[in-house]
Amino acid sequence: MEPFLRIEGIAVPFDRANVDTDQIIPARFIMKPRQFDYSKVLFHDLRNGPAAEPGFTLDRPEYRGAKILVTAENFACGSAREQAVYALQDTGIRALVGPSFGGIFYTNCIKNGILPAIVDATVVSALCAALLRSPGSVLAVDLPQQTIATNDGKWFPFRIGEGDKAQLMGGWDDITRTLEHEQAILAHERATAATATWTRPSFDEAIGLRRPIPFAKARDER
Amino acid sequence: MPGTGLTIFDRIWARHRILENVAGEALLYVDQHFLNETSFICFQELERLGRTVRRPKQSFLAMDHTVPTHHREAGIPNAENREAIEYLDRFARKTGMAYIGVDDPRQGIGHIVASEIGLTLPGILIAGDDSHTTTNGAMGALSLGIGLSEVTHVLATQALWQAPYRKLRVTFSGSMALAVDAKDLVLELIHRIGAAGAIGHFVEFAGAAVSALSMAQRMTICNMAVEAGARAAIIAPDETTFAYLKGRPLAPQGKDWDVAVTEWRALRTDEEAVFDREVEIPASEVAPTVTWGTSPQDAIRVDGRIPDPKDAGSAQESARAEAALHYMGLAPGMRVTDIAIDQVFIGSCTNGRLEDLRAAAAIARNGRAVVPAIVVPGSQEVKREAESEGLHLVFRAAGFEWREPGCSMCLGMNGDLVEGGKRCASTTNRNFMGRQGKGARTHLMGPAMAAAAALTGRISDVRTLLERA
Ligand code: SF4
Repeated sequence: MEPFLRIEGIAVPFDRANVDTDQIIPARFIMKPRQFDYSKVLFHDLRNGPAAEPGFTLDRPEYRGAKILVTAENFACGSAREQAVYALQDTGIRALVGPSFGGIFYTNCIKNGILPAIVDATVVSALCAALLRSPGSVLAVDLPQQTIATNDGKWFPFRIGEGDKAQLMGGWDDITRTLEHEQAILAHERATAATATWTRPSFDEAIGLRRPIPFAKARDER
Repeated sequence: MPGTGLTIFDRIWARHRILENVAGEALLYVDQHFLNETSFICFQELERLGRTVRRPKQSFLAMDHTVPTHHREAGIPNAENREAIEYLDRFARKTGMAYIGVDDPRQGIGHIVASEIGLTLPGILIAGDDSHTTTNGAMGALSLGIGLSEVTHVLATQALWQAPYRKLRVTFSGSMALAVDAKDLVLELIHRIGAAGAIGHFVEFAGAAVSALSMAQRMTICNMAVEAGARAAIIAPDETTFAYLKGRPLAPQGKDWDVAVTEWRALRTDEEAVFDREVEIPASEVAPTVTWGTSPQDAIRVDGRIPDPKDAGSAQESARAEAALHYMGLAPGMRVTDIAIDQVFIGSCTNGRLEDLRAAAAIARNGRAVVPAIVVPGSQEVKREAESEGLHLVFRAAGFEWREPGCSMCLGMNGDLVEGGKRCASTTNRNFMGRQGKGARTHLMGPAMAAAAALTGRISDVRTLLERA
């Protein structure tokens, strides 16, 4: 994973509250492999078809190549689908700035090297006002310093959990790092097994594995 | 242990803490890992990394999100869904995971199946590839929804990093009025604290009204806690829990059962425990409730009127409410019971259990659906039990369709969709734009209310229907 230290890039004011992950990526697009370019489906239904929003913010030319999204409260709430992060990531977004994020989405961001920077709602208002005054302008997000700077010299602090910060800055592979504690995990498993006062039936005995699915050769959908 | 000031969360957390890092994050041991078809990317990633499933027997894979709810004999029509299912089927058999496949006699929505087979037990730690994993907190488990990266991590390590948590206690005091459902309680809660109201919190539900709830109703409440942003929801196990679990195939048996129950009785929050936040809602204040907008917080009493966006707390919230009304095709001031609906969906992990179907059937018995209505039992077990009581006949006689179990129209991945512009009375948990299909308009409500809507063709107050019956 690419370590996150400091980025500078075009920022999009996206000042809407409670944007859910069904809007970010509708469920019908989530069964694609990770190799799929998920940027194609970011906010799909707000950008395509008869019900599309005219002049949808992300489609405006001044925001082409944006790296930062400034959002309102509870951004990406709802479904756990990490494809919402893939869609932002494949679009080139590296940082989100907002007062709060959906809990699972927040962690999904960290695990993909995307910074969810938490600021007060007043900072979102200030940043969005500045970005709307000069659309396409750049923000600089500095993770070690925990600051967001505008190109006219103003800066704002943001909050992030200590562990999340370390993980983003280190660009760690989570699994490798956790397995450094293999002995501790094993010890926990053994200790729990040794002190368990009750056990339950095994899944295979109680429920068992069933017949193979008979659906192998079904027709394709038209 | 009285006098220690611990919450139920602290107790379960402490038992699963393997170690802590310098940032204060804990590596927690995962007793049960819940997976579904949409987890397939994780298995591919695991193979790419050259890693294996560390504890297959603690990995529970259930097919629910994409399975068809009718004409199953014709197979799975969507190629992407089918390929994922076939891939996972092979993977599950190869690794020996705890697996409930499409044609399994216990197939159903993972959260519902897990409770039926006794996989979810008090005091265990569950991580699940689904935000509604919170449902399992109803049995007194610490149950966390996670994303794909974390799922891959749990597959490989059987452990999960968690930052320290904040604690919120929601007390539903007193008792519920007649014809009020657990769904109404939780919609009222989300309305009061907002869709972001419980972000970062573990939520314990307590109070007389919660103690009086059945397990099915408790699951409905814990299920929707995530719609207020909760990381986890829990209800301390009690006699209702034990009676529910006893005899389930994966619950401890014989002497083990007694030992386990003694241990589970100690799983509670001490009187001295301090929560970061407390919310109290007198249950008697709650009326049958529906949503009018595109966030579960847009909830209102069924005898109310659509609120005016101008009255929202902030300019931003006014704009959001206005956009929601526009999407929903509604106007402020309109009576909720004047909203005509096009179709009805009864099912999902929120309201797809036997009790929910009974509540819906009790209403359906009194009339005939005037709009298309489908009933999707949460699992094969629910379906069997419902059929043994003749509920399917009640529904069919009233013109409702009786389907095979799965997530179905909750998110439409299997093709059960609400058409753009159509309005659906739904017992599910999310009224997000496009959740039930592109342009679909969703009104969330309890199962009896959804059945009432089917009979009248508009949102209806179940209380007036009951009076007439
Ligand atoms: S029924 Fe709906 S909410 Fe529940 S697991 Fe399925 S898709 Fe998710």
